[in-house]
Amino acid sequence: MLEIENLSVDLGETRVLDSVSTRLDEGCWLGLVGPNGAGKTTLLRAVAGLVGYSGEIRIAGRSSLTASRREAARLVAYVPQRPLLPPAMTVTDYVLLGRSAHHSFLGGETRRDRRVVATVLDRLGLAALARRPLGQVSGGEAQRAVLARALAQEAPVLVMDEPTASLDLGHGQLVLELTDELRREHALSVLCALHDLTIAGQYADRLLVLSGGRAVSSGSPHEVLTGARVEAIFDATVEILDGRDGIVVAPARPYRPADPTSWASRREAAVQ
Amino acid sequence: MAATEPGGLLRSGRVKGNAPPALRIFDDGEDVEPELFPTRLRPLQVAAGVAFLLAAALAALLVGPAGLSPGSVLAQVASRVPFLSVHSNLSAGGVAVVWQLRMPRIVLGGLVGSMLALAGSSYQGVFHNPLADPYLLGVASGAGLGATIAVVEIPRLTSFPFDPVPLAAFVGAVVAVVATFALGRSGAKGRNATSLVLGGVAVGAFFTAAQTFLQQQNTPVLQEVYSWILGGLSTAGWGQVELILPYVAIATLVLLSCRRLLDTLSVGDDEANSLGVRADRVRLIVVVAATLGTAAAVSVSGLIGFVGIIVPHTIRLIAGPSYQRIVPLSVLFGAGFLILADLVARTVVSPGEIPLGVVTAFLGAPFFLVVLRQARRFS
Repeated sequence: MLEIENLSVDLGETRVLDSVSTRLDEGCWLGLVGPNGAGKTTLLRAVAGLVGYSGEIRIAGRSSLTASRREAARLVAYVPQRPLLPPAMTVTDYVLLGRSAHHSFLGGETRRDRRVVATVLDRLGLAALARRPLGQVSGGEAQRAVLARALAQEAPVLVMDEPTASLDLGHGQLVLELTDELRREHALSVLCALHDLTIAGQYADRLLVLSGGRAVSSGSPHEVLTGARVEAIFDATVEILDGRDGIVVAPARPYRPADPTSWASRREAAVQ
Repeated sequence: MAATEPGGLLRSGRVKGNAPPALRIFDDGEDVEPELFPTRLRPLQVAAGVAFLLAAALAALLVGPAGLSPGSVLAQVASRVPFLSVHSNLSAGGVAVVWQLRMPRIVLGGLVGSMLALAGSSYQGVFHNPLADPYLLGVASGAGLGATIAVVEIPRLTSFPFDPVPLAAFVGAVVAVVATFALGRSGAKGRNATSLVLGGVAVGAFFTAAQTFLQQQNTPVLQEVYSWILGGLSTAGWGQVELILPYVAIATLVLLSCRRLLDTLSVGDDEANSLGVRADRVRLIVVVAATLGTAAAVSVSGLIGFVGIIVPHTIRLIAGPSYQRIVPLSVLFGAGFLILADLVARTVVSPGEIPLGVVTAFLGAPFFLVVLRQARRFS
């Protein structure tokens, strides 16, 4: 469904992504992990067509460079990390924005657009909040509204950037479970960046690890999430447990930095 | 893969060439209207706007220093309606007052007021800034400089065929906004709203400085320039209506058709793009339309302040934040508001006149405070 070949992105003088290649099959979930600043968000934005790139991104066999904005919005739905939620806009109006690429410029939304929105609101348990302004819903409800807007685009590829970042454990799981159910029901292809490696491994069929703009590892969660690799890439100290539902990456103490000299200087800088 | 595969969950979109697949994931196939309550312009709101506009126009038609009786003025207007055989007892002078003085002034006031309010609400939408007004990108200072140049220079050229001030003001306004765009684009790599607004500030300062310099050099014309800047409709005639009508009509059509996209822009350029809406293109279209309309309006009316901010805001406080409501209602209430303000301007010190810009601010500010307090109480 999604093929990425030699994707490179330069922001100003900096090369943020460097020849990244990967693929996402129809109905699958590709998890994107990596430390802060690894280029995860840039990769997602490139797939959504929001940043210029070199290399090739093909969605459903079609180069995304030749797609117009409207066509791109029908192929890829993008859930940004910090969506801008106009506080006075109602949940219904917000989700209806997801239909922008489907209705005509002058005509406005059709009955089918309204039906899709009504179904999505219902499916994500937002029907009771439909007329409430976004400023008056909780963080978990707002995140579901953002997901609802993305689903209303009816795009075969769903791209999510840290959808659980501002949510507690339960609300985060709710959003991911709903996404996973929809993926299975409708063969949705999901590309999702997550910080939590345990959760990333639980939902993803495959993981892609980015570090310093490069793809450093990819494969099933079992293959990717090894203690040595996680400690090296994240400069962390972890214990890898083989849990009932996949790999558990648990932070461990005492902290043993992978590179003690660099750790000493970084610590110094952070303390100051 | 499934791109060209028929059936299944995928469906070809209505796009030429290599059609992208679109999921029909949330369609149960039954073509029934769902229970959904999106924010839309309500018929009652339109009716209120129309009623306000008609009431303002009626008041302005009936009141004036000529002392015509309301009955005979109404009869005179009715006598011009086709298929209606009403006879008016107005003298020829009275007829002229109604059709050559009051009527064009009402129509011109309505056009200018609706254009300023509409441009204000549109600017507020594309710049995500509730304080944006139609003069944000330098229209006012450009028009001011143009008018000043015309007042200063034209008397030297003898026998000019028409009043050059509106034309000069229009050209000045357009030049200023084009300069703002050029500056805003070169200033930031990806042109964005902020760099445009900053460009407008710089251009505005420059044009105002040039205008002040010209005035200093030509103090005898200061009075004439000043009275133009304060704004007014005292010289309104059908000629001016004809002059600005095409611009105002086109700008109004364009801005009305963009009202839905203004709501989409409220989630930010990036997300609007990801939803399939070219934010920068929408902004360009809206700014060009609003600028042309505003430039045309100020070229005949001078710089009437406050309408572009107060009218959209009052509507926002009452009807909510959706531009699907604010934009069309701005047209109706903006027109009515300026007609009323002009009525005040020409009656309070009758037979003299107060500058219209003074009235809009003088009446508008307290009224706005009242609305603001009421809105707080309700929310």
